[in-house]
Amino acid sequence: MAQPLAFILDVPETPGDQGSQEPSPYDESEVHDSFHQLIQEQSQWAAQEGLELQQREQEATGSGQQTLRRPEGTQSTATLRILASMPSRTIGRSRGAIISQYYSRTVQLRRRSSRPLLGNFVLSARPSLRLYDLELDPTAREEEEKQSLLVKELQSLAVAQRDHMLRGMPLSLAEKRSLREKSRTPRGKWRGQQGSGGVCSCCGRLRYACVLALHSLGLALLSGLQALTPWRYALKRIGGQFGSSVLSYFLFLKTLLAFNALLQLLLVAFIVGPQVAFPPALPGPAPICTGLELLTGAGCFTHTVMFYGHYSNATLNQPCGSPLDGSQCTPRAGGLPYNMPLAYLYTVGAGFFITCITLVYSMAHSFGESYRVGSTSGIHAITVFCSWDYKVMQKRASRLQQDNIRTRLKELLAEWQLRQSPRSVCGRLRQVAALGLAWLLCLGTALGCAVAIHVFSEFLIQSPEAAGQEAALLVLPLVVGLLNLGAPYLCRVLAALEPHDSPVLEVYVAICRNLILKLAILGTLCYHWLGRRVAVLQGQCWENFVGQELYRFLVMDFVLMLLDTLFGELVWRIISEKKLKRRRKPEFDIARNVLELIYGQTLTWLGVLFSPLLPTVQIIKLLLVFYVKKTSLLANCQAPRRPWLASHMSTVFLTLLCFPAFLGAAIFLCYAVWQVKPSSTCGPFRTLDSMYEAGRVWVRYLEAAGPRVSWLPWVHRYLVENTFFVFLVSALLLAVIYLNIQVVRGQRRVICLLKEQISNEGKDKIFLINKLHSIYERKEREERSRVGTTEETAAPPAVLTDERDD
Amino acid sequence: MGGSGSRLSKELLAEYQANPFKERICRVFSTSPTRDSLSFEDFLDLLSVFSDTATPDIKSHYAFRIFDFDDDGTLNREDLSRLVNCLTGEGEDTRLSASEMKQLIDNILEESDIDRDGTINLSEFQHVISRSPDFASSFKIVL
Repeated sequence: MAQPLAFILDVPETPGDQGSQEPSPYDESEVHDSFHQLIQEQSQWAAQEGLELQQREQEATGSGQQTLRRPEGTQSTATLRILASMPSRTIGRSRGAIISQYYSRTVQLRRRSSRPLLGNFVLSARPSLRLYDLELDPTAREEEEKQSLLVKELQSLAVAQRDHMLRGMPLSLAEKRSLREKSRTPRGKWRGQQGSGGVCSCCGRLRYACVLALHSLGLALLSGLQALTPWRYALKRIGGQFGSSVLSYFLFLKTLLAFNALLQLLLVAFIVGPQVAFPPALPGPAPICTGLELLTGAGCFTHTVMFYGHYSNATLNQPCGSPLDGSQCTPRAGGLPYNMPLAYLYTVGAGFFITCITLVYSMAHSFGESYRVGSTSGIHAITVFCSWDYKVMQKRASRLQQDNIRTRLKELLAEWQLRQSPRSVCGRLRQVAALGLAWLLCLGTALGCAVAIHVFSEFLIQSPEAAGQEAALLVLPLVVGLLNLGAPYLCRVLAALEPHDSPVLEVYVAICRNLILKLAILGTLCYHWLGRRVAVLQGQCWENFVGQELYRFLVMDFVLMLLDTLFGELVWRIISEKKLKRRRKPEFDIARNVLELIYGQTLTWLGVLFSPLLPTVQIIKLLLVFYVKKTSLLANCQAPRRPWLASHMSTVFLTLLCFPAFLGAAIFLCYAVWQVKPSSTCGPFRTLDSMYEAGRVWVRYLEAAGPRVSWLPWVHRYLVENTFFVFLVSALLLAVIYLNIQVVRGQRRVICLLKEQISNEGKDKIFLINKLHSIYERKEREERSRVGTTEETAAPPAVLTDERDD
Repeated sequence: MGGSGSRLSKELLAEYQANPFKERICRVFSTSPTRDSLSFEDFLDLLSVFSDTATPDIKSHYAFRIFDFDDDGTLNREDLSRLVNCLTGEGEDTRLSASEMKQLIDNILEESDIDRDGTINLSEFQHVISRSPDFASSFKIVL
């Protein structure tokens, strides 16, 4: 933040000093042009009354030669009344001042000029200029005039702008309604004039009735839509009891649901649907469904539309004409041929592309909402003014919020004290050493987990006897899930040992470490699948296996999450209440839970290519997670004590979802599509060298087909084949540019506010100087005249005393 | 929900019983002469200001009026002290100590009082609020 401006009124100590007469507003070079005329008028009027700016006695220096601070109880009531009538103070409480302020804003909007000229106003609307002419109380008559001026300005605006302006005014509903009625009058008159003819008035009334009916229908639809929003009451209850921080977790869950639903809709429409309509021949008798399929995804799920292997590699619904690529001839008249491999490839690609665009847009939007220039400074004021969450409605939750705010304020004060007395070099070195050690240990844990998983998966590959049983397939997901669950607890214990100055930084560091762990684990698994499993499973359907593995991981993640909720929250609460006799319930760890959600979503995106129905599994899982977490939260947990900047965190989570999670899945997809040879026994790409070749084959077929569709191969060759990478880079660049634009917009908003405030300060300063001078001068004049009358009656020595004093 | 003569007294505002600012909210939005009860239109005003679609300008304006305990158009030290007491709880063991309170108010004035007059007026308050993106979502009541 900039240095605070100090307004120092430089008043000389010694009277009778002609050289340094105290500065009058005329001489100040900072007096703005528009005030100059007014100040001249004011001083002329004052001069007519016999008021002149002269040298001051001691009582004037009491108010000067320091900042314009109001020394308590030393100023006269007149000065206090003046200060209370100051423009910057009346805007906060007087309706007339609000109307004036919005009048000037409307004028600015209309004329697009920086400041309206003084000469154009009959009666100026700004409160500092004319209103307080030495009349200290605004009269109702002047308010009426200001209101009529505002109405006139509003009439000249467009309707949408006028409504927008009215909605932004902090006035009561009745006043806004009256302003709107008044500003609408000319159109009503005009409408009345037009409706003077009989037929015309009928049409006009009918049209008006239609418009009104449509308007109310639209409003009814809107309110219906709002009522249909899923979980509205549940979210309100959670927000009311726990505040915005915990609510952000559930809102993030809703966002993920939306992403999955969108992706699944696309896949069902273009891949699953057609394949279900034209089922291929099954390789053998369908195995009997035992209950284990729900966990392993193998067994009777294998040869269904759930996995890649079931999809045919031919053109569906091919008319019995030329059997071009060895497709089955279905004797059905009519219907379009549907090229399955092409559809599979392009639908998955389009799904990822749309998800990418939506993700980047929502991330940038959230960033624009949450980022503010200068939001790190002024933390005390922001905490005191903005930290009370009005959504909280229960008494107990309200008391908890008060506790949290008190703790936060004490922490802020302690941090501030610490910053005033900085730590010694020794202390800082110790802090850095402890931090470095903790980071090293956490990174070592992540690396250790990755190595352990690698070794274990290699062991599973080498031991074929275990691979025979279906239940053995669950071992790897279980091990990975347990590591995923346990390692963050370990990191949290390590974090408790290291010293942290700022609690907010602690949260970010914990998220970072958890994320590195999960990335390490997922990276190892991806190498295991695409590197090792493909090599081992040559001749079999490896894509089915990878799809099933991801299904297993998703299900196991859900099961372990249930167990973690059960033991981490329910059992812990019972233990802490009964055994340890503590009143405090376990906290709801938001960061860890959100990272779990991101992990699950990454698994879904990794598996979409090999299992087109995986988003449905994720949707079911998210629905169950919502209800489980909500129940557990309401019964067992309390809101976290750590400070939580909800909007910042939402942006951080969306960014984490986009960059490591989605980007990693996209890289995995690209590698699988371009570099890996699909298996030759199953799936839509069984005859090709890579999945991407399906597109190339089709383009070649189109080239041979004739000149009518020759533009498509051309597009494919020059835009898609060549410049895909450039597209990616330019898309990233566009995202960065958009982020930048949002940042700059936020900064400009702050600058506008600052300018308006500084202009107010200038007005205040000059106004105050004028008023104080005139008031004190009047007082002195009265006192002099009173002293003069008593002097006349007193003895002459009084006069001598006066002279001797000089 | 309405009381006699269709006015809502502050005891009946069920949603805000737990809110430490409930009396101030009632006073700010009330248009009755005694300023202690809300008519239906006042209640609509209240909901409109606390809704999702109200502009941050309006929210900060009304927040300022709610925090201005003595209704003089500025937040002076007394106002800030009462505000902090509302936030931390009124009990003897929940208040901040006198030195902590003084330090906190000094810090607040240092950060937000730009013209150094010892008080925070509406523009300075709005300037502080604009730096916090969480304000709009926390100054909200969901029906």
